[in-house]
This record gives sequence, structure tokens and C-alpha cells, in this order.
Amino acid sequence: MDIPTNIPIQYYLVFCSVLFSIGVIGVLIKRNALVILMSIELMINSINLLLAAFSAYNNDPAGQIFVFFIMVVAAAEVAIGLAIVVLIYRTTHSIDINVLNKLKW
Amino acid sequence: MNLTFVVFLIPIFPLLGFLILGMGFRSIPKKVTSILGPGTVLLSFIFSLFTFFNVHNFAGSPTQTLFTWIHTGSLQIPFAFLIDPLSVLMLLIVTGVGFLIHVYSVGYMKEDPGYGRFFAYMNLFVFFMLLLVLGANYPIMFIGWEGVGLCSYLLIGFWFKNHDYNNAAKKAFIMNRIGDLGFLLGMFLIFNTFSSLSFDQVFQQAKAMPMGDPTIIAITLLLFIGAVGKSAQIPLYTWLPDAMAGPTPVSALIHAATMVTAGVYMIARSNILYVLAPTTMSVIGITGLATALFAASIAIFQNDIKKVLAYSTISQLGYMFVGLSVGAFTGAMFHLTTHAFFKALLFLGAGSVIHALGGEQDIRNMGGLRSKLPKTYWTFLIATIAIAGIPPLSGFFSKDEILLHLFEHSSLLWIIAVVGSLMTAFYMFRLLYLTFFRSFRGTDEQMHHLHESPRVMTTPLIILAILAAFGGLLNLPEIFNGGNSLSGFLAPVFADSAVLVTPETPMSLSTELLLMGITLIVVLGMVFLAYFRFVKNEPELLPDGAKRPSLVQLMINKYYIDELYDYIISKPILWLSKVFHEVVEIRFIDRLVNGVGNMVVWTGNTVRFIQTGNVGFYMFIMILGIILILFLNILI
Amino acid sequence: MLTVILILFPLALSLILISVRQERAIRQLALAGSVAEFVLAVAAFITYKTSCHCNLLVTADWLSTLGVSLKFGMDGISLMMVMLTTFLVPVIILASFNHSYSKPAAFYSLILLMEMALVGVFVAFDGLVFYIFWELALIPAWFICAVWGGNDRIRITFKFFIYTFVGSLFMLVALLYVYFKTPLPHSFDFQWLYAARLTPSEQSWIFLAFFVAFAIKIPVFPFHTWQPDTYTAAPAAGSMLLAGIMLKMGLYGMIRWLIPVCHNTMQQFAPVVLVLAVTGIVYASIIAIRQQDMKRLVAYSSIAHVGLIAAGIFVLNPYAMQGAVIQMVSHGVNIVGLFIVIDLIEQRTGTRNISDLGGIALKAPRLAIVFLIILLGSIALPLTNGFIGEFLLLLGLFKYSMIFAAIAGLTIIFSAVYMLRMYQRTMLGKINEITALTTDLSWREMAALIPLVIMILWIGLFPMLFLNLTADDVIQVLNYCR
Repeated sequence: MDIPTNIPIQYYLVFCSVLFSIGVIGVLIKRNALVILMSIELMINSINLLLAAFSAYNNDPAGQIFVFFIMVVAAAEVAIGLAIVVLIYRTTHSIDINVLNKLKW
Repeated sequence: MNLTFVVFLIPIFPLLGFLILGMGFRSIPKKVTSILGPGTVLLSFIFSLFTFFNVHNFAGSPTQTLFTWIHTGSLQIPFAFLIDPLSVLMLLIVTGVGFLIHVYSVGYMKEDPGYGRFFAYMNLFVFFMLLLVLGANYPIMFIGWEGVGLCSYLLIGFWFKNHDYNNAAKKAFIMNRIGDLGFLLGMFLIFNTFSSLSFDQVFQQAKAMPMGDPTIIAITLLLFIGAVGKSAQIPLYTWLPDAMAGPTPVSALIHAATMVTAGVYMIARSNILYVLAPTTMSVIGITGLATALFAASIAIFQNDIKKVLAYSTISQLGYMFVGLSVGAFTGAMFHLTTHAFFKALLFLGAGSVIHALGGEQDIRNMGGLRSKLPKTYWTFLIATIAIAGIPPLSGFFSKDEILLHLFEHSSLLWIIAVVGSLMTAFYMFRLLYLTFFRSFRGTDEQMHHLHESPRVMTTPLIILAILAAFGGLLNLPEIFNGGNSLSGFLAPVFADSAVLVTPETPMSLSTELLLMGITLIVVLGMVFLAYFRFVKNEPELLPDGAKRPSLVQLMINKYYIDELYDYIISKPILWLSKVFHEVVEIRFIDRLVNGVGNMVVWTGNTVRFIQTGNVGFYMFIMILGIILILFLNILI
Repeated sequence: MLTVILILFPLALSLILISVRQERAIRQLALAGSVAEFVLAVAAFITYKTSCHCNLLVTADWLSTLGVSLKFGMDGISLMMVMLTTFLVPVIILASFNHSYSKPAAFYSLILLMEMALVGVFVAFDGLVFYIFWELALIPAWFICAVWGGNDRIRITFKFFIYTFVGSLFMLVALLYVYFKTPLPHSFDFQWLYAARLTPSEQSWIFLAFFVAFAIKIPVFPFHTWQPDTYTAAPAAGSMLLAGIMLKMGLYGMIRWLIPVCHNTMQQFAPVVLVLAVTGIVYASIIAIRQQDMKRLVAYSSIAHVGLIAAGIFVLNPYAMQGAVIQMVSHGVNIVGLFIVIDLIEQRTGTRNISDLGGIALKAPRLAIVFLIILLGSIALPLTNGFIGEFLLLLGLFKYSMIFAAIAGLTIIFSAVYMLRMYQRTMLGKINEITALTTDLSWREMAALIPLVIMILWIGLFPMLFLNLTADDVIQVLNYCR
């Protein structure tokens, strides 16, 4: 397979770090549960990308196998997460996480 | 017949009697009980006699082993019996006097609903007493020692509906247990020192020990504590007067003739240890002498016929200990024997009086019974003369033997002991006069019902009276052409210690006669003094609350010893119990434990507020945590 | 093989019991099963006796990479404890027949489950397996007390559970530590744990952790405060299981663990433990003197008695050790007897308060006689089982120190004081309106009590059968300390 060595690995690193940080910041500052889920997805995908990049760079297919695993897990997680969000919306008519503080102490 | 077999049969019979009567005491008819109860003891007595006549056959192998009871490491306790003159003498006393008292009980307890139970307990007592005297090592002796204490407990509290009686029983058991702890520790020390608890091995090794060895002194003192408890000496004597709560035959058998003399027997048995411990001997002498005088002085003012006899028993036991303390082992055993005869007789006579008066025990409400109860009177008179020490009855010889030995030791002690014996004469004749002389002071109803006891009760009285009268012949001293036969019989037992006792300069016959004469004269003086004091002038008998001189008041109230014990022992322990439970236990230890638990709860209660329920906050903390971990990872 | 059957049989039985509906059938099955279990234990005893020290060893791999194996076996001491357990459980089951407990299937199956766990503790030859059974025993005990108990049972059983559980965790930590010090490859096998190389200071810590676990279970003063409350609140069967058998786990653990593993520090800590134990004897005895509730009185007397046993283990000589083992059996028999008698009195009169009772002997002479015999056993009268144990224990203690023996010996005086007080106030005296309708023992009640009476007299009269069983093993245990 043709290895895209023309792009240096540092670019991937920086790009993925930025992507990950955006995800983290999104999780921290957003109040909408749906957006938080999307931010998490962003973080996961940044990791996936990095794994794929290193896999290509090191000629080791293990990284890509991991990516597939993570994608499957992420899909499952999103399915459940969205279902929960829908249920929350049905009962509280809001998906603002600051409203969801009944479970405490 | 196989001799070993016979020896083991002796205690088996009473045990069987106990088991049969104990299992079926409500279904076995009274007639069967009346035969079974005394019958088992009679069988034991017959076999004891057989053993007595064959005792020389045991000289080679006195220890008969049945089986190994406890064996661990070097500790070996066989269930073994020792047959020698000393144990055979005790066997005869226990089974002989025991049998007579059992027969007497058939009449005395006839109307009692607990008839079967009574004989079951009595048989069990005889069994344990036989173990005590037969045991070939200290633990077997201890089985009997504690077992008779149990039976004493059961029989003192025989009429268990009355809590006063139950308290008396409990007191007896607990005071005995205090002594038992001493005995137990004594045994441990013996084992530590000699690596054995068997009499033969211990005594064999002890012979080689130096005189006054501190270990021996400790051993003998500890064992003596046991004897003090069992034989009711100062300071553990107060249970014996209370023990009179039991039926009168019980007082006769347990608290006069046999159990209370166990302490004397034990010391006589351990004679070698004791002669090696002069310090202990002094302690025994002082205790015995003090008890003899102290109890006698209390007896003078008692009005309960059984209490007088109880204090008299304590006092006489004191004499036996005095005898032991000067090395007069034979004298002590001789007095033990004659005392068993006349004191059992006195108690049974008292029982006969109580029986006739329908339960009355206060001598102030008696009097004039001489003509109504002739057999009781004559036998009681014989016993009184015997205990007062007037020749030629048995008490004179046995007490005199102790007194003579005491005189050789120190004339001062002799004088004190003589004072005690004249007190004895005084209170015993006071008892006799108030009970049988003058006119009847009870109610008319009692007057009507006055009757001599049935033959089943008087026959044992007569037999005991004969024994009390002629028991002195057992060990008649040389000046009366006697052969000192008991001394000769017991000599092998005391042979080893006789060597160790400092040889006494033989007393001249004239001194001996002089001492006897002096004692006799003062005793007779006391008899007449009592006569003038209580019969001649027919004085008014003061009721309980009457005003008396303070010294007399002190003696009437038994020197307030019971009250003293209550204040210095019972009350503080109960107080301590309260403090331990309510303060130490609940306020301190448990609060500490609960405090640890409460602290956990408190921490949880405080920390739980971190769980705000805010999802954003959780995520913030989570990410903060991740960053922190990464940082730490770099730093460390 | 017998060893494994001994564990599995009660487990299977308890599983079967849950599915049975009829109360009568449950009782009969439970009783028959527990008797069969006792027969199995006797068979094990005979096998052990006849085929010299085969130890009835059974080994199977379990977590072999961790060095955990299912290793079960018995030496004399284990066998003694197994015999005690299997002897007492049928008696306890029989004594429970008088009560009609709600959910009987669960009740009896929990008792059998407990029996399984207890037998497991006594036969485990592997540290982790030992620990699992140790904790397993706590679960049925807690359920029995918390579901069928008396007043305030939730708070009290919670305290009991947490207290003993905390102790066990200390043991777990110590066990793991010792495990990592065993020679490579690490193993939880007893022999390997004994062979662990520990520095003196490590041994001290291990000692303390083990000691806390066992001391709470026994309980040794001052770790005892859960015990009187729990015995009082537990149902009769629960008190019997706890006092009769479960606390023996702690004493057994001391012999099995503390001495071989911490052999160097035993001597060093012995004076401290002896002071605690002897203090506990006097302290608990004195408290018992004033108690009104019979169960509580017996609970405090038990603290005093087991304090003596614990003291005997720590003096490290064969007399006291033999005394300790035989006294463990005697104490189990006696205290179960006492609890049965108390339970019978409570059923008949509705109270356990001794000042409300009196005169029962007039109405129930058989009960009075049996009570007296059990009581005499418990106050160590010669020719009863209590004497053999206390004599050897005090003798061993005396060899160590005369002062300790003299103070510990006070127990024979105090036990007479409080036991006779209890007897006098309940059995003797006049009948009052509470005791007026007391009936005597039924045949079923006799059947529960007579075996105990026989044991009391048997051990008292012929203790050699029991002493011989443990003689060699005691020496072997003590050899670790040489």
C-alpha cells in the first residue's frame, strides 16, 4: 500500500491534539447533553485518527484494528447515550445538564 | 476375693444408690428408698471393714489404679486409690457414722416430700467423701473435695423454697471454692516442684528436701487455704453456722462428722510436707487456736440449738488443727474420730429434740425434756460429757493427747487451749441444762405433742453413744495401761515425718497426771458454774433484743463478722460490678467502639456533599483529575 | 474424600431445603441431615484413628497461577473442632423445633449453610480458602440474627457484622502480606505460609493484624462489646451457633495461624495478651454477677471462659494448649446447653429476667437437674468437662506465671457466684404467678439436652480419648515456637 509519508507525523499530532482539546472544552463548557455527546465523539475520533496515523507510519496494522474496535464501542455508546438523552427529554422537557442534578448526596 | 476389686466396690455402692434414687426419686416407693439409701452405705461399710482387716495385705502395693484419668506431657493422673491405715480409718468413720446417720434419716425425714431426693444427695455425698479419703493423688482427692462441697450445697439448700436456706447453701459453696482455689494452686505448685501429683512420689521426693524450704512452705500454705475453707477455720468459717439451714442429719454427717474434717485429713495425709514447713505449722497453730477460742466464745451466747453445735464444731476443728500444728498427727486423727462420734451424736440428739418439738430450735423455748425424751437425754448427756472432756469418755483422751503435745511445745499455748476447753464445757452444759432441765417453756401445743423419737432414730443414737463413751479405748495412753493402739495402727503413715519432728523429751508421768488433773478440775468447775448459772437460780432467759453489756452484745452478734464481710467483700464487688458495667463497659469501651463507627458515619455525611449532582462539575473534576495524574506522572 | 463430603453435604442439604414447603418435612430433613453429617464426622474420626495420620488430605487445583489450591485435610485439632460442630448442629436444630419461625426453610437452610462454612474453616489447609470460609460463616450468622432476632436486632447485628468484618479485613491484609513473603512460587498453602520469611518487625505487624481479627471473633477483652448485645438479640439458635461454634473459629485461628506464622513474636507479645485475657476474665466475671437477663449473664460468663482459653494458648506450653483445645469443646457443649435451658425457660414463662422467676424446680424437676449438670460443667466441677479444661489451662498458666494463674483462677470462684445466683433465682425459691404454669421437659427437649449431658460427663470422666486425639498435633504446633 502506498504510504502517505509526504505528511510528517507531527502534523497529525498537532491536529489531533487540537481536535481533542476542542472536544474537552466542548464537554466542559457546553450545557446541552447532545452537544456534550458530540464533543465526546470528537475526542474519540481524534484518537482514532492518531491511531490510524501511527499505524501507517509504523507499518503496524494493530493500530487500525484498534480503530475499528473503538468505532464499534463508540457506536454502541452513542446509541445508548442518545436513547438516555431522548428519555431525559421526554420526562424533563430539557436536555440541559444543569437541570439534571436530582441524583446527588 | 480380689482385694483391688473390693476397694473399688466401696465407693461404687453409694454411687449406684445415687443414680437409682436420682433417676427415679419420684417413682420409687418410700419403702424401697428406705432400704436402698442406708443399704448402699451399709454395703460400703462392710467392704470397708473387710479392707480394714486386710490392710496389711496392701502394705506392699498401697496404690490401686483403675484407669488413667488425665495424661498429657509429663502430667499423669491415674484414677487410683490409696489403701493405708489412715485412709482405712477414714473409710470406717465415713461409712460407719454415715450409715448410722442414714438410718436415723429414715425416721427423721419420713414426712418430707423430698424423701427420695434426700437419700440420693446423701448417697452422692458418701460417694464423694469416699473418693476424697481414698484418692491416691491430689487431683482425685480434689474430685472428692469439690464433690462434697457440691453435696453440701445441695443439702444445705435442701428445702429450696426458702431463699434464706438457698443463700446459706450458696455461701457455703462459694467460701469452699475460695479454699479450693488455694488447693488448686497448691497442686500446681506441687506439680511444678515434684513433677507428680501422686502421694507416694511427692512424699518420696519431699523427704529429701531441706527443712523450711520456701517452696514447701508455699505449697503447704496454699493447701492449708483449702483446708481453712473446707474445715471452716478463721477467716472462712462463717458458712458453717449458716449451713445449719439444712436438715439435721445433714449437719450431723457433713458439717460435723465427715466433710469438715477433710482439711484435717488432708494435712495428716500430707504430713511430710507439713513437718518440713515450720512456718506453715505456726500459721496452722495460730489459726487453729484462734478459731477454737473465737468460736467457743460465740457459742456461749447462741440460743439456736444447732448453731451452738455448729460453733462447737468449728472450735473442735480448731483443736484438731492445733494438734496438727505441733506434729501430733495421731492426736488430731484421734480427736477427729472421737469428734465424729460425739458430734454426730449431739446433732442427731438435737434433731430428735427438734423433731419432738415440731421444728423448734430455740433453746429458750425448750426445757424439762429429760423425762419426755429419756433416750435422747441420756445419749445427749453422754455426748456432752464426752465433748467437755471428762473421763472416762472418749473426748477426754483425744483432747488430752492434743493438750499434752501442746504443753510440750509451749505452756502458754497449753493455757490458752485449756481456756478454750473450759469454754467448751460451759456452753455444752448450758445447752444441756437449758434443753433438758428445768420446766418446759414451749407452747401448750408443743407440750401435747412431745414424744420420744421412733426406734429407727434412737437406735443410731444409742450406738453412737456407746462409741462416744468407749471411743477413748482406741488410743488409751500408757498411764492408763493402754496400748496406744491407734498410734500403732497409724504409725506407718506418719513414720517419715516422725523422724523429722524434733524429738520430744518424754514427759514424766507425774507431769502428765498433773496436767490432766488441772484440766479436769477447771472443766468440772465449769460444769457446776453452768449448773448454778442456768438451773439452780432459774434465771430469766433474755429475749433477742435485750440490753446486755457491750462485750456480750458483741459475742451475741458473732463479732459482726458477717456484716464485716458484707462490707469489705460483697458490697465492694457488687459496686465494682455496677461500675464495670455502667461506666467502663457502656460509657467507655462500647462508646469507643461506637465512636469509631460514628466517625466513619460522620466522615461520610460530610464528604457526601461533594456529590452535587451537577454533571458539569463531575466532568470538570474528572478532567482535572486526569490532568493531575498526567502531571504527577511527569513529575515522579 | 470424606473431608470434602463433610463440606458439601450440608451445602447440598441446605439447597434442597429451600425448595421444601412443608414445615414438618423441613424440620425432619434438617435434623436427619445434620445427624447424618455427625455420623460422617464420626466416620472421619474412626478413619483418622485407625489409619494413622493420613490427615484425610484432599487436594485439587483451583487458581494454580496464584498458588491457591482447594486443599482440605484434618489433623487432631481440626477433627476435634469438626466433631464439635457436627455434634452441636443437630442439637441446635432440635432445640429450635419449639419455635415456629417464619420462613422455616430459609432458617434451617441457613443453619446448615453455616455448618458448611464452619466445617470449611476447620478443614481448610489453604490460606485463601480458609479466609473465604471464614467470611462465609459470617453471612448466615448475620441473617439468622437479623431476620429472626429480638428487639433492636438491626442495629445490634449491624454492629456485630461490621465489627467482626473489620477484624477479618485486617486478617486478609496480613494474609496477603505473608503470601508475598512465601518462597517462590508464592502459595497460600499452610505449609508455605508457615515457611514465609518475615523480619521481626514484619512479624509484629502480622501478629497484630491477625490478633485483632481473632480477638474480635473470640472475643477477648476489650474487643468484646458486640458480644453481649448480639447474644441477647439473636434468636436462641443464633446465640448457640455464635457462642458454641463460631467463636471457636477465633481460637482455632490463633492455634493454626498465629503460633506458626508469628512464632518469633509470640513470646514477645504473650505478656500483653495475657494481661488482656486475665483482665477480661475478672472484668467479665464481675459484670456477670449483677446481670438480670440470663442470656446476657451467660454472654459475660462466656467472655470470662474464653478469656482463659485465649490465655492458655499464649502461654505456649503443652498443658495449656491441650487444655485450650478440650476446653473449646467443653465450652461449646456447656454454653449451648445453657442457651437451650434459657430458651426453654423463656418459652415457658415469657421472660429471661431472673428476678421475675423462681421455683421452677418444683414444677420441672427434670429441667432443674439438667440445668444443674450443665451449670456444674460450666463452673468446672471435677468429673465434668469444664474441670479437665480449666485444670490443664490453669496448670499451664501456672507454669508460665503464678500470679496470672492465681488471678485467672478467680474465675472458679466468680463463676460459682454468678451461676449459682442464676440457678437459685430461677430454679429455687417459691413459685410465683409467672412460673406457676411451667411444664417439665418433653421428650423432644430431653432428646436435645441428654446428648449434651452425656458429653459433659464423658469428657469429665474419660477425657483421654479427646486428649490423645490432639496430643501430637499440639506438640507439633508448639514446635514452631521453639
